[in-house]
Amino acid sequence: MDLSIGTLIGQAGTFLVFIWVTMKFVWPPLVQAMEERREKIAEGLAQSDEAEKALEKAQLEADGIIQEARKKAGDILDQANQRGNQMIDQAREEAVAEHNRRVEAAENEIRQATNQAREALRERVAELAIAGASRVIEKEIDAGKHQEILDKLAAEL
Amino acid sequence: MAAGAPTPTEYVKHHITNLSYGEGLWTFHMDTLVVSFVLGLFFLTFFILAARKATSGVPGKLQNFVEMLVDFVDESVKGSFHGPRNFIGPLSLTIFVWVFLWNVMDIIPVDYLPLLSYKVLGLEYTRIVPSADINAPFGLSFTVLALILIYSVKGKGFSGFGKELLFHPFGSSPFLWPANLLLNLVEMIAKPISLGLRLFGNLYAAELIFVLIALLPWWIQFIPGGVWAIFHILVIPLQAFIFMTLTIVYLSLAYEEH
Repeated sequence: MDLSIGTLIGQAGTFLVFIWVTMKFVWPPLVQAMEERREKIAEGLAQSDEAEKALEKAQLEADGIIQEARKKAGDILDQANQRGNQMIDQAREEAVAEHNRRVEAAENEIRQATNQAREALRERVAELAIAGASRVIEKEIDAGKHQEILDKLAAEL
Repeated sequence: MAAGAPTPTEYVKHHITNLSYGEGLWTFHMDTLVVSFVLGLFFLTFFILAARKATSGVPGKLQNFVEMLVDFVDESVKGSFHGPRNFIGPLSLTIFVWVFLWNVMDIIPVDYLPLLSYKVLGLEYTRIVPSADINAPFGLSFTVLALILIYSVKGKGFSGFGKELLFHPFGSSPFLWPANLLLNLVEMIAKPISLGLRLFGNLYAAELIFVLIALLPWWIQFIPGGVWAIFHILVIPLQAFIFMTLTIVYLSLAYEEH
């Protein structure tokens, strides 16, 4: 162990210079970078927390909206079904009414035609009766005189 | 290395002689100065490169490593020093890394670099472990003493520091002033001496043991050498850490009222 003041002082001087360089060029940028990163991470964590909360809220809202929509859809479907049934019923009623109306009209026509035919037949019978009688009695019978009797006869047919 | 086969005494002596320039107290140990300066440059280049590219985004591997060290040192300082850290931080980082690099030189086999410098540069003596030369640790520890004085004045003011020197630990009676002052001065000077000697002693002893192991037959050296090197790997960072921690503690004692 040999003490040498020169080495000692040289070493101390070098030491001071190194400390100065470290203080000037090494320490501040590194510490600053680390501090900034710490802040960034803290910020990021806070943001992610917030985002999670927002997501939860949005999920709840979405659930509500979906439920409402589902309910509305059900209502609309029910309404549509009802309306459809109503329409079918109405159509059926209309159809039945139309049917009845037509049947009635047809019956009326038939009745009229029958009456007409009967009338015509009756007239023809009267004529036939007169023709037959006139052939039996020959000229003795005046058609004008006995018209009343013949009409009565015809009405009885 | 001296020519011919040296005796064990010569061999050991050769290994603990510095490459000197000058005479007496004003001798310069060129090997200590140059090796420690180169190691310091290595440390600074490495860290400045990392600091230049430092980003608050995703750090690279170099930045990660450097930040780990800076954070470790910063935490150590935070633990005992409660004041502005913009000087103590860099100081502690410099001490830790620089002393660590000094100590690491002890792991290089004892004959490699001396032989190389003898063959290439023709230098008779080369000691490559700065911490095993008492002047390097003392250079640091006496600088720390100067910082202790500066921080005492900075923390307590001239009067506060003076009062502490004169009134503590026995009392403020003027009759006790000499005793107080004497005790305080001894305590004050004991700090850098113990700080320097602790580092020097550890590394000097370790270096000497490596030199002694090198005297054994070549085929057996790796066993004690390996064991000692593994043990020494613990001592290397530990001594650097102790030097740094004690510096922080001394400075915080100087800075704060107690």
